[in-house]
Parts: sequence; C-alpha cells; structure tokens
Amino acid sequence: MLKISNLHAAIESVNKPILKGVDLEIGTGEIHAIMGPNGSGKSTLSYVLSGRDGYEVTGGSVDFAGQDLMDMEPEERAAAGLFLAFQYPVEIPGVQTMTFLRTALNEIKKARGEKEIDAVGFLKFVREKCKSLNISDDMMRRAVNVGFSGGEKKRNETLQMAVLEPKLAILDETDSGLDIDALRVVADGVNALRSENRSMLVITHYQRLLDYIVPDKVHVMANGRIVKSGGKELALELEEHGYAQYEAA
Amino acid sequence: MAATVDTVERVESITADKYKYGFVTDIEMESAPIGLSEDIVRFISAKKEEPQWMLDWRLTAYRHWLTMEEPNWAKIGYEPIDYQQTYFFAAPKQKVAPKSLDEVDPELLRTYEKLGIPLKEQEMLAGVVGVAVDAVFDSVSVATTFRAKLEEAGVIFMPISEAIQKHPDLVKKYMGSVVPTTDNYFAALNCAVFTDGSFVYVPKGVHCPMELSTYFRINAQNTGQFERTLIIADDDAYVSYLEGCTAPMRDENQLHAAVVELVLHENAEIKYSTVQNWYPGDEEGKGGIYNFVTKRAKCAGANSKVSWTQVETGSAVTWKYPSCILQGDNSQGEFYSIAITNNMQQADTGTKMIHIGKNTRSRIISKGISAGKAQNTYRGLVKALPRASNARNFTQCDSLLIGDKCGAHTVPYIEISNSTARIEHEATTSKVSEDQLFYCRQRGIPEEEALALIVNGFCKEVLQELPMEFAVEAQKLVAISLEGSVG
Ligand SMILES: Nc1ncnc2c1ncn2[C@@H]1O[C@H](COP(=O)(O)OP(=O)(O)OP(=O)(O)O)[C@@H](O)[C@H]1O
Ligand SMILES: [Mg+2]
Repeated sequence: MLKISNLHAAIESVNKPILKGVDLEIGTGEIHAIMGPNGSGKSTLSYVLSGRDGYEVTGGSVDFAGQDLMDMEPEERAAAGLFLAFQYPVEIPGVQTMTFLRTALNEIKKARGEKEIDAVGFLKFVREKCKSLNISDDMMRRAVNVGFSGGEKKRNETLQMAVLEPKLAILDETDSGLDIDALRVVADGVNALRSENRSMLVITHYQRLLDYIVPDKVHVMANGRIVKSGGKELALELEEHGYAQYEAA
Repeated sequence: MAATVDTVERVESITADKYKYGFVTDIEMESAPIGLSEDIVRFISAKKEEPQWMLDWRLTAYRHWLTMEEPNWAKIGYEPIDYQQTYFFAAPKQKVAPKSLDEVDPELLRTYEKLGIPLKEQEMLAGVVGVAVDAVFDSVSVATTFRAKLEEAGVIFMPISEAIQKHPDLVKKYMGSVVPTTDNYFAALNCAVFTDGSFVYVPKGVHCPMELSTYFRINAQNTGQFERTLIIADDDAYVSYLEGCTAPMRDENQLHAAVVELVLHENAEIKYSTVQNWYPGDEEGKGGIYNFVTKRAKCAGANSKVSWTQVETGSAVTWKYPSCILQGDNSQGEFYSIAITNNMQQADTGTKMIHIGKNTRSRIISKGISAGKAQNTYRGLVKALPRASNARNFTQCDSLLIGDKCGAHTVPYIEISNSTARIEHEATTSKVSEDQLFYCRQRGIPEEEALALIVNGFCKEVLQELPMEFAVEAQKLVAISLEGSVG
C-alpha cells in the first residue's frame, strides 16, 4: 500500500532538514503506529505524505498503491485514497460541515470519474455514518470546526474519514486532548473502519490508544528517522523506559 | 428543488468561462450624435416622446450639472471621463414599439437566452413562483414579462419611459423626491440623460405575488447607460425586486450612472437585491465599466422596512452607497453587501443610514474581498438626528484579503445628535490562510474550489439574504470572480 524509501525533506522557508532518511512499508489492511519524542518529525512526515506546501523533498521516494506520491497535488493524493486526520483541525467560518464534506466527497468522485451524490442522498449517507460512529449529527450543521471543543474536532476528523473511505488513513495524535469517553468514541470509530483493504498509520504519544486500536507494528521515530520497529509490545516498553536511548542515537 | 437544480445548471452553463457575458450582440442600432449638450437632452426626450414637463425637468438638471464638479473624495483613481466622446442614447432599431414578445427582434431574445434570462413566460417552470423580468438593452427596455398577471394584483411594473406616458401623476409625484436633481454630480447627470429603467408601484395592502427583476445589458460601444428606477410601496405593501447587470468585454471604459429611488409608506416593505457583474476590465486594468450609482430609499411611513442586498463583483470602478432615510417612526433600514475586487478593480462602496424618526433601527453587514492588486473600501455613514430618540445601529465590516498586493479599507463616519441613540461598530480584517486551503485540498477539494468555498463561507450572512434563485448565481459569481487569484 505505502512504501517510503529513504525519504528526506526540509522546511523550505528556513532550509532546515527534518526528515533524514525515513524508511517505512505498510501492507494493505495493516495498522502501524508511530511514536516518538516531540519535534522528531512525525507531523512533518504526515504533511510531506499529504503534500502540504512549504516542504522540499530532498531525497528518496514514496510509492502509494503503485503511484509516485511525491509527484501528485494534495487533492490528487486525496482522490487516490490518502486521508490525514489533522493534529490541529482547521476552522472554516461560515462553511457548514455538511457542505464541506459533500463538496469533498463529490470532488473525489469527480476526480475518479464516478457519479456525484446529490444533497438528499448525501444527507442520508452522512446520517448513517454518524449513527454508526455514535456521533451526533448536530455537528454537521455547524461551520467546520468553528467553536468545536478539542474532542469534537477529533470526532469530526474521524467522521470525515468514515465519509471519505480512504485506502490509507494517517491519524496524527487523534487521541491527544481527549477524555476517556471521547477516546473510546474515536477508537471505536477507527476500529469500525478497520478493513482488509484499508491501511492506517497512527501517530500517538500514548500506549493507551494502542490498547483500543491494536497495531500490527509499532515504530519509533527520533530525529527524523525510524530508529526502531517492533510489535505492539514495543509501545509498552517505550511507556516504561521513554525515548532517551533513541534520542541519544 | 427542481428550480434550484435548474438554476444551478443554468448558471453553470453560462458561467463556465471567466467572463462569459462578454459577447456582443450584432444588431442594427440607432444612436444620438456623440457627446453631450442641451440638444442631446432634447433628442433623448423627443425619442421617448416625452411630455414637456419631463423635458423641462431634464433641462433643469442638465443646467445644474454644468455647474458641478466630478467628486474626488472616494478612494478610486481612473482616467477622466470624456463626456463629449460618449454616446448618451443607443437603441436597437425597430419601426414600431413591440406590443408583445412575438414582435421583439429574435436577435434580442437570443441575447437574453444566452445570458440565461428567460423572457418567454411559458418557459418559466410550472408551479414555481415566477420572476417577472424587465429587460433593458442599452437605452431602452425591450421586454417586460408577466405584466398581465401583475396587473391583476394591481401592481404596476413597466419601463419608466412608459410610466411617464401612462402614469404621469405618480412619476411627477415621486421622481426626484428621494434623490433630487441637484443631489450629486452623477445623479444630476442621470436626471438629464436617463434613458430607461423600471417603474414599480405596489398599491395599498398588496403583497406583490412574484419577484420583480430588471436585467440591464450594455451592448453598444462607447455608450453610457443611465438607468432610472423608481419603486413605490404604498401602505402595507410588499415587494421584492432584483437587478442584474452585464456588459461585453471592450477595451474602452464605459460609464454606467444610475439612480434608484425607493419610496415606502406606512408598514411597507421593500427588499432590493443587486447582483452586479458588469465587465471588470482585463488583468492589466484595461477596459471595464465605471459604475457610479446613487441608490436611496425613503422610509416615509411609520414601521416601514427597506433592505438593500448587493453582490458587487464586476466593474472596473464602483462608487455606490445605497442609503436609507429612516423618517417614519420605528422604520428599519438594512444593508447587506458583498464587494469582490480582483486584479485591478477598485470599489468604494457602503451605505448611509439617516435616522430621523423615533425608534428607528439600522443594520449594516459588509463583506469586502480583495485579491490581485485590487483596492476595496467600505465607506459608511450612520447619522442620528436630534428627534431620533432610541435609534439603534449595528455595523459589522469584515474584510478578507487574498494575496499581499491588494488593499482593504474601512471608513466609518458616525454623527449622533441624540443622546439616547446607540451605535455599535465591529470591524475585522483577515486573510485566507494556507492552513484552510491545505485542509480543503487534503480532503480532495482543488485550490480554486477551496478558495470559493472559504470566501462563500465568509460571505454567508449576506448570501442568505438573497432570494434563492439569485443566491445560487451569486455563489457561482463569487467563485468565478476570484479565478486566478491563488497559486
Ligand atoms: N515553519 C517551521 N520553521 C522552523 N522549524 C519548524 C517549522 N515547522 C516545524 N518545525 C520544526 O520541525 C521539527 C519537527 O516538527 P514536527 O511537528 O514534525 O514534530 P512532531 O514529531 O510532530 O512533534 P509533536 O510530538 O510535538 O507533535 C520541530 O523541531 C519543529 O520545531
Ligand atoms: Mg506532531
């Protein structure tokens, strides 16, 4: 599904290298977790994968379902099935979440040459998704993320993922700032979307999330590289010993 | 639902390109000789077969205009207008005035069809509340639809040139009663040479059964359009009126100097909406319409209510301040505005709320969007006279900048002479952020669509004031007028 080979990337404006040779391969249907200290480049990796402006790819390559990901515009990556749940979801005043999501879904359908969905059909579709994720559909009538609590924003990201049905979802700290109940809702949502043809990359600081979303593999990122990979027991070990040994490296 | 879908598709089909209205209709025209003089004023009046009083009124205005100077206080800069190089009258040649649509030149009908304006009544969808249209082509009205149906309700809707003939008492009584001939430079010019526009009279107690609209089209070269619209809502009457405007793409600037007067008696209500999409000129600022407009409403009766909603996306230069004179006690004035300027466009627009009566209320919501190298100014006056106890005003001016070469300016004037009056003013300036654009694009929405979505969200409070049919068109226009402003 995703194969990252020796990826190097720098922040353009300050010419500062952040990713220094990332290697990572995620198979179809697998869930991988990335953990690592603050500032190690986890969010940067998610932005580079999703094509945000301001980063220069200085080396390496990324293959996504047979396509050269680094060659594509952000919206083309979305249409190809890449989804990023943002660490800090963005507010768009005056734009109803419903309208935003329908526009997104239809743009993706258009790019794929599929038939677009009308307002009535979409309403029905979204209501079902909300119900299955145990999310109140009030949120859909409000402007995108405007005045949402931290937990609501994260739930909204989960809902968007459910609506857009990506092939690969990257979740950047979707658990941070959530209370125990909200964490459950988000984790259940993610688990409900688990399927043999959908892969996920979960970025988190807490092993607790991985009790709910059990990963196939755990990676440690430090100083712009994956420095260790293992099974889910690696998360427990990190919880106990911290990152000190990796940061030194 | 059907109507919405139809409108969306219609609008999509006519606005697929950047300025799709830029075509020229090839039709035989007759014009007044070029330039401006008393003879030209007489020529126009004679063409319209006007009574002597109308000609006298024009001449008084013209003589006054000669003593006036073009205003220069607005934040706009433009090449001086050469009034001697402008045609003040141009009309499609026709032997006799058409009595029905069947007699209208098919080339004209095709023009309006191309613009997406249905002039054939039977083409309106069955079961849908229709929109009656007055179509003004250069200096004359070429067709007015649904007149019979409106007459049944007692509503008069006709070209103003015809109202001068058929309802001289009403015209004499009200024309110039809100905007006097001496009001300002462009208004005085309009009084002298106005050519056509719409006249509406809604009698006592009548709720106008359909939306009324006028569609203005400038076609002829080097020709000014001087539209004159007069709407009177008698006691307890209601009417919603829409106007739309387009013009061909031409390298020369063309002048549009309109006057719109609204009169409201007791408990009357008028909703006046504008979607202005005159040709804005090219990216370098070549060509485009100079839009100098005086619009004013007089809430003469108690408890009357007027609301101006405008979406200004076109024109090279816009100078326009739709105003409300709140004379009747408890009367209300509203101004909702979206002004979008891109490339080299300039807009200096806003409103005046003049509180005269007791307990008068006004509300101003202005959304200015600037892109390219454009300059966008909100200029507004809120004034409360000594008698206006408990007057209330709320003003909100929001500016949105796209890129860093454009400008947004807010110039509020407040004059309060009654200590019980309350004025609230809020202003914000923001930028479309990279974060917002990226968030949309990550969800699959391409950059230009993302920008249109964000800007439409910014304008939402104003868009929702428009009648549904216009709201859809306006949203599309917002998107189109910002094309090329990102990336
Ligand atoms: N615009 C910028 N200019 C300079 N440095 C930047 C900029 N953006 C990010 N950085 C730096 O890049 C590094 C990686 O940041 P990134 O957000 O990827 O870390 P992270 O692993 O996601 O951290 P966290 O766990 O705190 O979310 C940090 O040192 C950060 O300060
Ligand atoms: Mg991060």
